[in-house]
Amino acid sequence: MTDLTEDDIRTAVRAWLVENWDPEQGLVAWRNMLIESGWGMPHWPQEWYGRGLPVGMTPVVEEEFDKRGAVGVAKLGIRTLAAATILEHGTDLHKQRFLRGILTGEESWCQLFSEPGSGSDLAGAATRADFRDGKWIINGQKVWNTSAHRADFGLLLARTDWDAVKHKGLSYFLLDMRQPGVEVHQLRQMNDHASFNQVFFTDAVVEPEYRIGELGEGWKVATTTLMHERRGADGVRRYDTGSDRQGRIYEEERAEVATVMEPYIWYPQRTGRADLLVERAKAAGRWDDPAVRQEVAKALTLARSAEWTARRAREAQQAGRPQGPEGSIGKLAASMVARACAKAHTMIAGPDAMLSGADDGADGVVAEILVSTPAISIAGGTDEIQRNIISERILSMPKEARHDADRPFREVPRNQAG
Amino acid sequence: MKFSFSEEQTEFRNMLRRFLRDRSPTTEVRRVIETEAGYDPEVWRVMAEDLGVAAIHIPEAYGGAGFGISELAIAAEEAGRALLPSPFFGSTVLAATAIAEAGTDAQKQALLPGIAAGGTIAALAAAEPRGGWNAGAFTATASPDNGSWRLSGRKSYVLDGMIADLVVAAARLPEGGLGLFSLPTDSAGLARRALRSMDPTRRLAEITFDGAPAVLLGGPAAGGPAWERVLDIAAICLAGEMVGGAERLREDALEYVSMRIQFGRSIASFQVTKHKAADMLLEVELAKAAAYYAAAAADDDEESDQPLAALASLAKAAAADTYMQTAVHAVQMHGGIGFTHDNDTQLWFKRAKASEVFLGSAADHRERMLQQWNA
Repeated sequence: MTDLTEDDIRTAVRAWLVENWDPEQGLVAWRNMLIESGWGMPHWPQEWYGRGLPVGMTPVVEEEFDKRGAVGVAKLGIRTLAAATILEHGTDLHKQRFLRGILTGEESWCQLFSEPGSGSDLAGAATRADFRDGKWIINGQKVWNTSAHRADFGLLLARTDWDAVKHKGLSYFLLDMRQPGVEVHQLRQMNDHASFNQVFFTDAVVEPEYRIGELGEGWKVATTTLMHERRGADGVRRYDTGSDRQGRIYEEERAEVATVMEPYIWYPQRTGRADLLVERAKAAGRWDDPAVRQEVAKALTLARSAEWTARRAREAQQAGRPQGPEGSIGKLAASMVARACAKAHTMIAGPDAMLSGADDGADGVVAEILVSTPAISIAGGTDEIQRNIISERILSMPKEARHDADRPFREVPRNQAG
Repeated sequence: MKFSFSEEQTEFRNMLRRFLRDRSPTTEVRRVIETEAGYDPEVWRVMAEDLGVAAIHIPEAYGGAGFGISELAIAAEEAGRALLPSPFFGSTVLAATAIAEAGTDAQKQALLPGIAAGGTIAALAAAEPRGGWNAGAFTATASPDNGSWRLSGRKSYVLDGMIADLVVAAARLPEGGLGLFSLPTDSAGLARRALRSMDPTRRLAEITFDGAPAVLLGGPAAGGPAWERVLDIAAICLAGEMVGGAERLREDALEYVSMRIQFGRSIASFQVTKHKAADMLLEVELAKAAAYYAAAAADDDEESDQPLAALASLAKAAAADTYMQTAVHAVQMHGGIGFTHDNDTQLWFKRAKASEVFLGSAADHRERMLQQWNA
């Protein structure tokens, strides 16, 4: 298969779509057919719903789907992380049980990593998994779990060995969320949205065959999930509205997108919305204020520079050249951009920045920007963690002394539970 | 729009970097800034004759190499990195661009080959005492005189004005338009005085015209549009020079904190130092991306959604703020030694300070950017 040229692939996709695509069929039925054909995830192995094509060919296939207006497999949300993790570390049982439901969109997932006591220090998880009577019994609490209130399954990181050092005592489980020992509470944010949850476990159960990866190697599996989270950050977090085409399958897809994307509805605002600055400044009558103009120009400069930096990184990657530092600074740059935009929006709004909703002069968008931008320098790795990563991995600066790597986890100082 | 350099461009950069490392290390920079000329004529000769640096963007028809602004900006970046004192910026970037943009074919034939070969040093006289680089700020006047012109007025901050053989000056035409004029620096009615530059690697002069005879480049309508293009290219190359200098400052500061020990540990292991180093990297990378993008747009402005003037001024403002901020951090990271004359950081600090305002402040350029911005 790998000998196929891009043109061969385009021709094959087109022919298959001519034969099979019909916008009046049901979404799940179509996706089942797509999954069998291998065109839904062409870079996946042939034995698991793929065609074993190089990963670079997937955008080519997607482009052909887009041209035809054909719907793809379910790819939005945390499901992509579940799929990648199961594909890489899962047993045949895991793959058989979960991959199809992920791709059809019938089963949804959440990530159960962060805890109240371990945010940036993810490997400090203290949720326990104890093996009793042939089952794993889960007790503890997770937090920041996007879409957990709708999820059928969770990717759970829990501690199975308290005498091992921190990173060696974790195991990774595929947990059924629909059981009595799992309680989900939505968490209200400072911007009034509730995109995340707290998840409480009281003797929740995982059957032994649904541990993924070896006992005590949960961190290794989690690294895969996190790598895909970082790599696919755009795909997971981009706010998508789906196609506006007519037809039964598009309606079903739009409903799915609306549900999956609901937690992300305010995500555009957390970037600071550089795209709105000039228009807002004009509308608010502040376009001639030299002080406002300076702040707008600064924010636009940062936003553009960050975009060009990302494109430099992408072009280097596509050309197969080793990425320079430009590939690792995007997250930190996004925080800088958001702060500069929030400052400019505030100056533009003037006293209206005290108002919200319909009274803020921009249908609530500005108010939402101002109370959403603090999220961007925290979610997905705080600015401080990003700076540690940059200074240690790119600039080769020494690590800080740490107090958790040389002793059993039970002796490591940690936050009081709950 | 391209977001990477070609192999040839990278090879050109590496070649310049090697050359400047060998021939213009800071020990040499410190030596030549004490000489009367302020640069090493032999290094400049080799750069012009063997490396073609004086001719990069000058068209082949006029003795140049016919490369683009991207290549010119690469040379500026490497010169800025090495803090090379040389006529490159004043003569090749500023004056040759002005002649190439405004001059007639015959004028370009007469003036550019000498500059391209490095033998003629030209300077650009535009800003006036306490004035800026926007065309509206120029008050020097040109009066017609028997088919030729005479200039009157005072120009300041003229880069390499004292070593120039030839000067291109911006002056107001009788109808109010802008003209770009050329005249030899030994012309009657031209007087020049060296200014005491805070940055000894970048020497400035004041030039007074008192009815000095001059040739109008192109026609009376050529000067205005040419000046905007000159300012764009100059801003882009200065942005390149600044990001080159900023990156060098950043690397040197990192090297210093990595070997410095206090409280029994490397100061590079303190998060307060690591986070500052990470921020410096971020800021320099962002400014580089802007400088590279603007240079690429100067060679191919079809593909950008913004006019070149907006991109050039964006890049200049971003690089100026970043260079100065990086210099402040670099001195701080060196501690007391960073404030001494013996430590090289001060050399780049002074260049950063001069570059902050040369061709207009960051605030001026942000305003220019917004005036051109397509929202």
